[in-house]
Amino acid sequence: MATTSKPVDVVIVGFGWTGAIMAIELAQAGLSVLALERGEDATTVPNWAYPKVVDEISQSARNGLLQNLSKTTVTIRHHKNDRALPYRQIGSFKPGTGVGGAGIHWSGVHSRVMPQELRLRSHVTERYGARFIPEGMTLQDWGVTYEELEPHFDRFEQVCGTSGKAANIQGRKLDGGNPFEAPRSHEFPLPPLTDPPTSVLFAKATRELGYHPYPLPAANASRPYTNPYGCQLGPCNFCGFCSDYGCINYSKASPQTTILPVLYRMPNFALRTQAHVLKVNTDSTGKVATGVTYIDAQGHEVEQPAALVVLAAFHLHNVRLMLSSGIGQPYDPDTGQGTVGRNFCYQLLNSVNLFFNQNVYINQFMGAGGVGQAIEDFYADNFDHGKLGFIGGGVIWGRQTGNGPVRGIPLPPGSPTWGSGWKTAVKQNFLHAGRIESQLSNMAYRGCYLDLDPTYRDAYGTPLLRMTLNWQDNDLRMSEFFGEKLSQIGNAMGAISMSGRVLKRGDNWDTRAYQSTHINGGTAMGADPKTSVLNKYLQSWDVSNLFVLGANTFAHGIGYNPTGLVGALTYWAAANIRTNYLQNPGPLVRR
Amino acid sequence: MSSNDGQTSRRDFLATTLALAPLAVAVAGQTAAQSSKGEQLPSNAPAPDHPSVPDYRPSYFTSVEWAFINAACARLIPADEHGPGAVELGVPQYIDRQMATPWADGAIWYMQGPFFAAAPEFGYQSQLTPKQQYRLGIKAIDTLCQERLHMPFAALTAAQQDDVLKQIEKGSLTSPDLSLSAFFSAFLLKNVIEGYFGDPMYGGNKDMAAWKMIGYPGVRADYLEWVGEAKPYPYGPVSIYGKRG
Repeated sequence: MATTSKPVDVVIVGFGWTGAIMAIELAQAGLSVLALERGEDATTVPNWAYPKVVDEISQSARNGLLQNLSKTTVTIRHHKNDRALPYRQIGSFKPGTGVGGAGIHWSGVHSRVMPQELRLRSHVTERYGARFIPEGMTLQDWGVTYEELEPHFDRFEQVCGTSGKAANIQGRKLDGGNPFEAPRSHEFPLPPLTDPPTSVLFAKATRELGYHPYPLPAANASRPYTNPYGCQLGPCNFCGFCSDYGCINYSKASPQTTILPVLYRMPNFALRTQAHVLKVNTDSTGKVATGVTYIDAQGHEVEQPAALVVLAAFHLHNVRLMLSSGIGQPYDPDTGQGTVGRNFCYQLLNSVNLFFNQNVYINQFMGAGGVGQAIEDFYADNFDHGKLGFIGGGVIWGRQTGNGPVRGIPLPPGSPTWGSGWKTAVKQNFLHAGRIESQLSNMAYRGCYLDLDPTYRDAYGTPLLRMTLNWQDNDLRMSEFFGEKLSQIGNAMGAISMSGRVLKRGDNWDTRAYQSTHINGGTAMGADPKTSVLNKYLQSWDVSNLFVLGANTFAHGIGYNPTGLVGALTYWAAANIRTNYLQNPGPLVRR
Repeated sequence: MSSNDGQTSRRDFLATTLALAPLAVAVAGQTAAQSSKGEQLPSNAPAPDHPSVPDYRPSYFTSVEWAFINAACARLIPADEHGPGAVELGVPQYIDRQMATPWADGAIWYMQGPFFAAAPEFGYQSQLTPKQQYRLGIKAIDTLCQERLHMPFAALTAAQQDDVLKQIEKGSLTSPDLSLSAFFSAFLLKNVIEGYFGDPMYGGNKDMAAWKMIGYPGVRADYLEWVGEAKPYPYGPVSIYGKRG
């Protein structure tokens, strides 16, 4: 029998980026806030102190910062008629764990969203006509506008100390940034990072090809910085241990570097780690959340009453908690009815390795997660899709994220995989290879969704989340278009050979090799409760004292890295809770 | 390892940390004070420094398996004019020591059944742990070599060994007990490359020789002044325990 803990105003499930933002914003409003985190506590020192953390074996080869899949994972299948199988080892995506969550091992690319993406169905219909949307694509507007979110994008960039260059401040056009940029209220908090060799070559080549390169916004500090909460960041030194690693230099924005030192001093905030939440509890009407039930470090069940419940775990866990708590109607792909699990999307990543002559030094061991040059000439609807016949687009970039030999030395096509020939190849190429990529949107489809697996269970005895997802024709044709662009740019950069992966028609989602942790959708936000789980304020349509954060709120998979949008949406939800909900608790949008 | 060795390596680590990472100074100072009182290892210390040793005796592998591991390492990364081989750098020791980690028992993987054969794109769907992969994989390869060439793998000529490994890699030599091609690429070859290029404290990459071969500076992890220049980086490698190559 569960013991009952002392009631709090707000219980937050999960303590990564969204949990930390919501916790400080609501604690500053005077509420008593409790965060429940299933993993361990962690801080820059000792967890990511030099030299302990710059260890490719423990951090990359053995997934030091990632979710231990023996405790819980997901099952995956391509089609609803297939049998789903467990994601037994880390591969295609990398969920984090512990305090800070995926905000620790992320790379730091910090984009926003294009205004048209938030009203994509309307935008496509206006420009190309409703018949341009293929059968089975469940495209929908998000219910919120870029203009509403802009102050919150700005706020999250100020918190992160994001390095970049504005091109459009309140409509005033500036040189040196992304010419496709939507209006922003302020310049980036810090100037762009120094371009590493890959990015220098990328910028020169794309400019010569007539494209518009700009420094990718990076939540890796280019200068010393103090954020609005008073937390301090140190300048990035391009150590080359970024994605997969905690930052040794207090340079990469994370909850630990930008929020927690201040939050931890607030007496009305508490954190409980090793608290695995099983469900959101509701009263007899099913319309009011009464709190959550979790399993503590000893394995005992605890009931935590709260007036307001916030789901702030990683995508997978937020969606699963909605399903296992029975809140909202689960999506049924046969009838198209129901919303929880609907519009589950991912992202398509094409990655091309470039090999240069021996006199061209790329030095791939230097780098930072977010540093790079990018073009958005083919992002979202920045280009005419009429003759191309697909919906969507993406960013093309020349980043240099830092790489070491255990993480894998890319080799030219046809290189031996072992023996003396392999040694020759690694020796010749390690210092002279770079990488360019295109990161592409993934539209929502009727047949791609999330539900609970009927067979497999986690270490707590509860059903695993089941993913049903495969690449669709629209997105694969888009990917082929980008494959040609990558090849054109790689040649213009002077590569003597290229290898890599470009998704083409006929390809299935391969869960083995890492591609992107940017999974999204499943508890979509929107204006219509028939097709969305949350209203525009990320409030449950069904249970008004429940807010759900994270990329699971996206209505389709955007081409950008999602953290900038996830952070902005969290500040947006927090602002509306503070200014509207607390004065008059109840639905912020009438159904 | 004696406690004296531990003290030496801690001092070594702290001294080099001070030289390399100014941001870590204050914290390193605190932990030095704690450890001088005889308390436990500082929690920001890396895994213990166990570089490769001569005359290593395996803990997990039997003598027959150990002969296979050494022979396979010698073919997968042979000593040649480009640089040292996997055996010379201690990679067999690395693999044996990894067998004592939680990973080797499948502790970081979802290992609940039921298990089904599936298309490769669904990833690992076997109930075998890394330890079991090695036990069964080596036995299966030695059995195949006995049947065809009347000798265990380790006793074959280098050319014969290369031929066997190539056939396993491309899936033309198979076993009823496990997928040999998966054992080869997802365990044997993967772990050999890890050990060859991993930090020397794990038992391979003796004297950082593999890093020197490719021009990798190890854990120097400080390139602000160099990142904007597409030029050769001038310094040799440093390991996690602060040794310089």
